[in-house]
Amino acid sequence: MSATAWLTQFLEVLAALALAPLFLGWVNACRAWLQNRRAPSLLLPYHGIRKLFHKDAVIATNASPLFRLAPYVVFGAMVAAAAVIPSMGTGLPFRTAADAIALVGMLAIARVFMSLAAMDIGTAFGSLGARREMMVGFLAEPALLMVIFVASLISATTALPLISERLAAQALVLYPSLAFTAVAFTMVLLAENARLPVDNPATHLELTMIHEAMLLEYSARHLALMEWAAALKLFNYACIGFALFVPWGVSIGDTAVSALALSIPALALKLAVAGVWLAAIETVSAKLRVFRAPEFMATAFMFAVLGLLVHLLLGA
Amino acid sequence: MSPMDSPLAACLALLAGWAMIGAAGLLRPSSVALVGRLLFPLGALTGVALAFVAAWQFDSPAERMQLMLGLPDLPMHVRLDPLSRVFLILLGSCSAGVSLFAAGYFRKGEGTAPGLMGLQYHLFLASMGFVLLADDAYAFMVAWETMALASYFLVTAQHGIPEIRSAGFLYLLMAHVGAIAILLSFGILQGGTWQFTFDAMRAAELSPAWASAAFLLALFGFGAKAGIVPLHVWLPEAHPAAPSPVSALMSGVMLKTAIYGVLRVTFDLLGNPQWWWGLVPLALGLATALFGVVFAAVQTDMKRLLAYSSVENIGVLFTGVGLAIVFHGVGMHVLSALALVAVLYHSLNHAFMKSLLFLGTGAVLHATGERNLGRLGGLIHRMPWAGWLTLVGVLAIAGLPPLNGFVSEWLLLQALLFSHEVPRPFVNMLLPLGTAIIALAAALAAYVMVKFFGIVFLGQPREATLSRAHDVDGLEKAGLVWLAVGCVALGLLPNHVIGALGHATVQLVGAAPDTANHPWWLLAPLPGRAASYSPTILLAVIVGVVTATFLVVRAVYRRPVRRAPPWDCGFARLDPRMQDTAEGFGQPIRHIFGGFFAMERELPSPLDAAPRYRVIVGDRIWRALYLPLGGMVQRAADALAWMQQGRISAYLTYSFITLVVLLAVML
Repeated sequence: MSATAWLTQFLEVLAALALAPLFLGWVNACRAWLQNRRAPSLLLPYHGIRKLFHKDAVIATNASPLFRLAPYVVFGAMVAAAAVIPSMGTGLPFRTAADAIALVGMLAIARVFMSLAAMDIGTAFGSLGARREMMVGFLAEPALLMVIFVASLISATTALPLISERLAAQALVLYPSLAFTAVAFTMVLLAENARLPVDNPATHLELTMIHEAMLLEYSARHLALMEWAAALKLFNYACIGFALFVPWGVSIGDTAVSALALSIPALALKLAVAGVWLAAIETVSAKLRVFRAPEFMATAFMFAVLGLLVHLLLGA
Repeated sequence: MSPMDSPLAACLALLAGWAMIGAAGLLRPSSVALVGRLLFPLGALTGVALAFVAAWQFDSPAERMQLMLGLPDLPMHVRLDPLSRVFLILLGSCSAGVSLFAAGYFRKGEGTAPGLMGLQYHLFLASMGFVLLADDAYAFMVAWETMALASYFLVTAQHGIPEIRSAGFLYLLMAHVGAIAILLSFGILQGGTWQFTFDAMRAAELSPAWASAAFLLALFGFGAKAGIVPLHVWLPEAHPAAPSPVSALMSGVMLKTAIYGVLRVTFDLLGNPQWWWGLVPLALGLATALFGVVFAAVQTDMKRLLAYSSVENIGVLFTGVGLAIVFHGVGMHVLSALALVAVLYHSLNHAFMKSLLFLGTGAVLHATGERNLGRLGGLIHRMPWAGWLTLVGVLAIAGLPPLNGFVSEWLLLQALLFSHEVPRPFVNMLLPLGTAIIALAAALAAYVMVKFFGIVFLGQPREATLSRAHDVDGLEKAGLVWLAVGCVALGLLPNHVIGALGHATVQLVGAAPDTANHPWWLLAPLPGRAASYSPTILLAVIVGVVTATFLVVRAVYRRPVRRAPPWDCGFARLDPRMQDTAEGFGQPIRHIFGGFFAMERELPSPLDAAPRYRVIVGDRIWRALYLPLGGMVQRAADALAWMQQGRISAYLTYSFITLVVLLAVML
């Protein structure tokens, strides 16, 4: 492994950590503009995280050590996941250690620990949130896997950076199967990141929420880590999407530092467009009743399976 | 001659040792001190020794022996080859943990006397070992039936309770229906030579039709033991009835003897499977996996939940078996080896994870006397050892990296992803869709395990009596630790495990996944294909990030942690009844997979003075298949009731007539 590869790896994780709250702020700002509201500062998520870190932590009397461990595990899993997603370069040293299936596994670690922590205090909201999170998750996870599998069948590998590399190397052709999976992926992204139409990130109305319900008992640094991990998750999902559907503009393999320098504005551009697009989807969709959410997710899963079938039928 | 010169003799001696340990319990059958403190730990040691002997010189050629046992002119044959070694290691290492736990678990006044229990338990172990070593149909069936009977008596240890007796009867019935099919399969396999040694069966030439019949019969027979749909009905009845260490052994080890049987018959005795055979176990396996996990999600009894989870895992195993047969049949031997390694690996993994979880429920059951999820909760505070060790099993079976459940899932998904290369039209398009079902089942397994662990160990105690729960004691703790360490080790060292399993796949399909060309920490089983995974690095990265985050946060923000009552959105009167129940947690699954269940619901109306909510989730297969079948058997028995005179002379006459008829047919 060359020094560039390690530099790419290091920069990628750093970029994920640093840019994730900004991306979240950007999506929220775009949403506000589209809804004719005055947008909050782009830096608001940073302020929120900083403020939380400076507070005294309050923990429920009956919390077990698992409750205090979970924010660190969730955060750690998200950072580790960021390390295998080729957001800037594909020559990542970590890519042999964890392929796309392991990536989905790391996202699952975060989900399981967050749900367990939510059940730890034994409040009605916590267990309700955990149940709903797992309900969304058990359909979203296989859908995401199927989306990745279609791309990995096209490129004959399950390592995400290699998938991205091989897809980028081909001429600009429209794979019908990838079109199906792009729809599925968008739906999974919305559901897994607690966005509309499955969950509403702006609400604290108890009966409609999933993600927020699980975090109700957290405060201060634990909450800050959870919030940061949520921002990282959105960032990670966006970058998975880029790797699969717009794999251009990243530095391929072990190239020079100049290619890496070029990939930074490319990533910024993709994130900016993705933020507008996400905000647009959220603006035009209404929150689903919680029991319509499985139908939404099942549709995503079916789209992904259909994409696989289309690939196998057409060979494209 | 040292025992290492003949590992087969050493294995037989250890199996005999198990039988003797069991018999020694009869000296003082009611003494917990003798049975619990001496015999069970000795049994655990024997298990470790068995695993060690079986692992010693894995690649040595098959060793055979004739025993001076059995009927005149019908000696028993035994044989030790890589396939039986794999399952002997599974039996020895997994049972060691279970025996250690059992040493502290069985006590007086719970049904069968400890000494008798010890005898049945160790006979069960020895007979499972003998199943794996048997090299003729006769020895195999004797061991198979001993295994079924010993486990039947173990299941019905608390035979005073009518439900347990009927659960035991159902188990015995299914075991024998399966055994008949296996016997018939052996009858076909001998191919007119009337030689029942496995060597004769390997040599026998069968027509494709007869070979297919033998395969399907074996699949049915072993499937009944393993619990593939629709033959799964005994599992959710027998597991809650049995004492926890027995459930652990049955689920962890005994179900795997059925996998062993299928592999032995298909790849070794039949030798040349046709590719389409694989579609049957593949389709059944996928159906079983989905069915099992969906039912597990709606259970309210923790042992029934785990039993259905075993059904799911058996489905995953059969999927792998089917895939291996398809690949082998079309001549793709490396991929066939990959699928087989996934099967063998998952067998080992499931043995450790599921035993760990069943023993965890055993600890909870002893501490609280409750199996019902709705009356548990918050036990991680009272039982930290049991709780945290069970968490290892929960995370492993939920398929999370870097634990062991993920590795076999990863291998199976890789194998399924390559199934589009099978050179058969249509099939190559349908097979990859199996990835969707396996992925769905794995994600649902995580749902089930969050429900299981969250409701039993987390939250507030749902009953006041739970505050008196006690943690596991020394020997029980040792058993749990052994199994948890096994889960972690199997997860972190996949190359070592696959290297060993490769000897078995070479024996069965003539190929093995590639483990030699990589550093020990990197799993990349298919040469030339970019698919790799390294649990050690993954673990190091996650642990590294978690530790670094922890230290940084600690160093920069050293504000104190204050304890306060739960906030709960400002609601002050929090009550344990407000937590999600097991029914509540399963509700989304009941809603989404409504078609799977036969549900009876009693919903309250808003005007009821005393509102009642009741829901019973039943198994459609039970009502659609087993109840009509039972009715038919009952009617047939009624019609033949006139034969049952109750006089010995009448029965002797029947036997005489049967013999005469048989002789007439034979001559």
